[in-house]
Amino acid sequence: MTTVVKEPTAVAGGVGTSPQRPDGVLKVSGEFAYSSDLWADEMLWGATVRSPHPSAELRGIDITGALAVPGVYAVLTAADVPGARHYGLEVVDQPVLAVDEVRYEGEPVAIVAADHPETARRAAARVKVEYAVRAPVTDAEDALTRGDLVRHVPIRRFATAGDAALTADVVVTGDYEVGMQDQAFLGPESGLAVPAEDGGVDLFVATQWLHVDQRQVAACLGLPPEKVRLSLAGVGGAFGAREDLSMQVHACLLALHTGRPVKMVYGREESFFGHVHRHPARLSYEHGASRDGKLLYVKARILLDGGAYTSSTPAVVANAATLGVGPYDVPTVVIDAYGVYTNNPPCGAMRGFGAVQACFAYESQMDKLAAALGLDPVELRRRNAMTTGSVMPTGQLVDGPAPVADLLARVRDRPLPAPATGDPRERPGGVANTTRGEGVVRGVGYAIGIKNVCFSEGFDDYSTARVRLSVVGGEPAVLVHTAAAEVGQGLVTVQAQIARTELGVAMVSVATADTSVGSAGSSSASRQTYMTGGAVRAACQAVRATVLARLGRATDPDRLGSAEALSLVDGKVVASDGSVVASLVDLLGDDVVEETVEWRHKPTRPLDPATGQGDAHVQYAFAAHRAVVDVDTELGLVRVVEIATAQDVGKAVNPQAVVGQIQGGTAQGLGLAVMEEIQVVDGVVRNPSFTDYLIPTILDMPPMAVDVLELGDPDAPYGLRGVGEPPTISSTPAVVAAIRAATGLALPRVPVRPDHIVFP
Amino acid sequence: MKVTCVVNGETRQADDVWPGESLLYVLRERLGLPGAKNACEQGECGSCTVYLDGLPVCACLVAAGQAEGRTVTTVEGLAPGAGEEQLDRVQKAFLATGAVQCGFCTPGLIVAVHDLLAREPEPSDPDIREALAGNLCRCTGYEKIMEAVRLAAAS
Repeated sequence: MTTVVKEPTAVAGGVGTSPQRPDGVLKVSGEFAYSSDLWADEMLWGATVRSPHPSAELRGIDITGALAVPGVYAVLTAADVPGARHYGLEVVDQPVLAVDEVRYEGEPVAIVAADHPETARRAAARVKVEYAVRAPVTDAEDALTRGDLVRHVPIRRFATAGDAALTADVVVTGDYEVGMQDQAFLGPESGLAVPAEDGGVDLFVATQWLHVDQRQVAACLGLPPEKVRLSLAGVGGAFGAREDLSMQVHACLLALHTGRPVKMVYGREESFFGHVHRHPARLSYEHGASRDGKLLYVKARILLDGGAYTSSTPAVVANAATLGVGPYDVPTVVIDAYGVYTNNPPCGAMRGFGAVQACFAYESQMDKLAAALGLDPVELRRRNAMTTGSVMPTGQLVDGPAPVADLLARVRDRPLPAPATGDPRERPGGVANTTRGEGVVRGVGYAIGIKNVCFSEGFDDYSTARVRLSVVGGEPAVLVHTAAAEVGQGLVTVQAQIARTELGVAMVSVATADTSVGSAGSSSASRQTYMTGGAVRAACQAVRATVLARLGRATDPDRLGSAEALSLVDGKVVASDGSVVASLVDLLGDDVVEETVEWRHKPTRPLDPATGQGDAHVQYAFAAHRAVVDVDTELGLVRVVEIATAQDVGKAVNPQAVVGQIQGGTAQGLGLAVMEEIQVVDGVVRNPSFTDYLIPTILDMPPMAVDVLELGDPDAPYGLRGVGEPPTISSTPAVVAAIRAATGLALPRVPVRPDHIVFP
Repeated sequence: MKVTCVVNGETRQADDVWPGESLLYVLRERLGLPGAKNACEQGECGSCTVYLDGLPVCACLVAAGQAEGRTVTTVEGLAPGAGEEQLDRVQKAFLATGAVQCGFCTPGLIVAVHDLLAREPEPSDPDIREALAGNLCRCTGYEKIMEAVRLAAAS
């Protein structure tokens, strides 16, 4: 099953190695310029007036008090938006500034520019907005009843006709709930807009997709896209939260209005209102199996609360539905997944994107089914594990590697961690010293998940790369230029590695991502190494062909053979017998060879709207987890002792970065399991701070053993498989399964709180 | 008001400082030292950790006026000179182990680790976790940060 990908060792630091990040020295010395670090002469600061109400009519806005504050240069409302008043990723429905009404707490109503950030904030507080408060719709079930539907994705796949398929020896049912998780990147929403002499604007911003920002910002400013130029500023994490616009249009409006550069930086509290979150979900499942533990059918109803605007809810619903039974062979599947509009905070992209919610439910169900059958949980999963040649509930053939049983076996077969020592820091409660070990029970849990990689459902998903080869200082040098967003994952490193491998040149630079080159698509859906990696490789191959074509003029063609027989190694063209044909320095002289290539993955198709059938996804990725926990059953405190992960990455283009993605993704799943939830009461967020919204600290995270498989996918560059999301998906149910094993409780909701354990 | 303090070995003066400004704001916006980061500005994340008279503090929780006449060392001041070879062992270890992803937590963590190793040259894993409990990282899951601290301690 393993595909061996031919890989010339062209030069050090290529594909399959872990060279140092090119931005690493700047990052460790504090000199890397993040979007909140930017500065310009005459710069003003922007601030945002936000609605305190989740639902209200706008009766009037009085900006006179704010404008009177010394140091204030502009106060703008929806009436000042020169172009489209709304924007959106797919559906244009979100106001730049509220028009006539507000639909969620924190919705932007007005913006202010001033010469000091505190002046801007104080002026914002003096904008008087008259609201006629309405009762918010905050229950997703109510919203569905009212018909406030974003999307319904049904899946209908029957092994035999109709309801006859829905019979089984053993049936388990369960209702599950997933709370609203926040991406909680550390670098707040921020950027600098600089008005340009041509009437346009240059925006330096932290984002995941420059071109989709450019399209939306230009439309709202009423400018042609070429007058709205975006450059990627340093990005302090993303995880989906930078897919939608935040301050982009606002900063540009203020800059164009005042004629001065405008910087906007959200504080942490504002950040909780400034981006979309992971959809909270209610999921009802029914699994039917034969006595020998073979799944016969799965029925599910999944309800996702999309909040006030569409954002990426349609695609999240599709993921929840199409991946809704997990990586298992299920002959009959009946799923209905719904996304609805409410007056809760808008929800959209977060790492795992619909697959996270479904995985918590289907893996909880698999454990429940194993218990009902008297089977070991891993054994039940093995008996139903998808393999190459399996068919998804959408009817799509899984034609690539699908090592589901193998991944589970790998985490199961690892030695278990030692019992806790006497160090109180290794007990639940830690230095709070809440137990001496009494009431502490250990549990072990397993889970595995499935994720689609790249954009689905017929989306025209592509990336663009420009690669330039020339001689610099007597050495061959490569410049790679794309618009792909480096958000921390290490894409800048990977782009350079690919160029080194393809062109055999050590000196490779990666230009700052901006909109002067074609779109790279989004740094999301675990797609960027696949897509922009693929584009960089293709552009390098085009450069290679151009360079080798020059050989014919200079050298004896009989000796060379075909271009395929030549390789570029360490700055030289080398024949298949190992002899050096030419050096790149001689071949190039003073010339520059530059190629720009748009690269696409294999096409996908839409889902049939009635049956959910269709080859909608590009590639499937899998990760398995085993979690070991200690639970203080008297206080409900959980300490995760160890998490082991096994993941197939196809090809580890940068092994160190791959492990970093797996560990970081696992941590976010652990957070959802035991602590992370935006608590929304009547549409109002109760915990918009790092004091009250908890993310895992180094004390909460256990050692994480990682087992990386490399089963090449023949369709993907170097055989690689998207890495970023799978580890986030299955770590949540694995941790909860371990808590259930320790406590015997049902725990149908995440995050699991102490009172769920003590007062079930 | 004016605030004068020694920052990274040099006497620096910031003019027109508002009474409400934090040391973090003055470092970042008035003294051109954006290395200390602004992730939460409420003392929860540790991204703005700097030394104040030799003790690590969250610069966001220190009023600018409190720094008057005192000594501040930021992440920019840890390396004795310019260039990769001159980096502090903690900075080198973060690079070597892949403990840097987005890097927003990195400056604060590097100062916190620098302080830990000055106090405890051979920390155990529980010592490391306890010492860094006030520094949030969202990218790494902390495993490679643990590796970085162990490597820095051994080097």
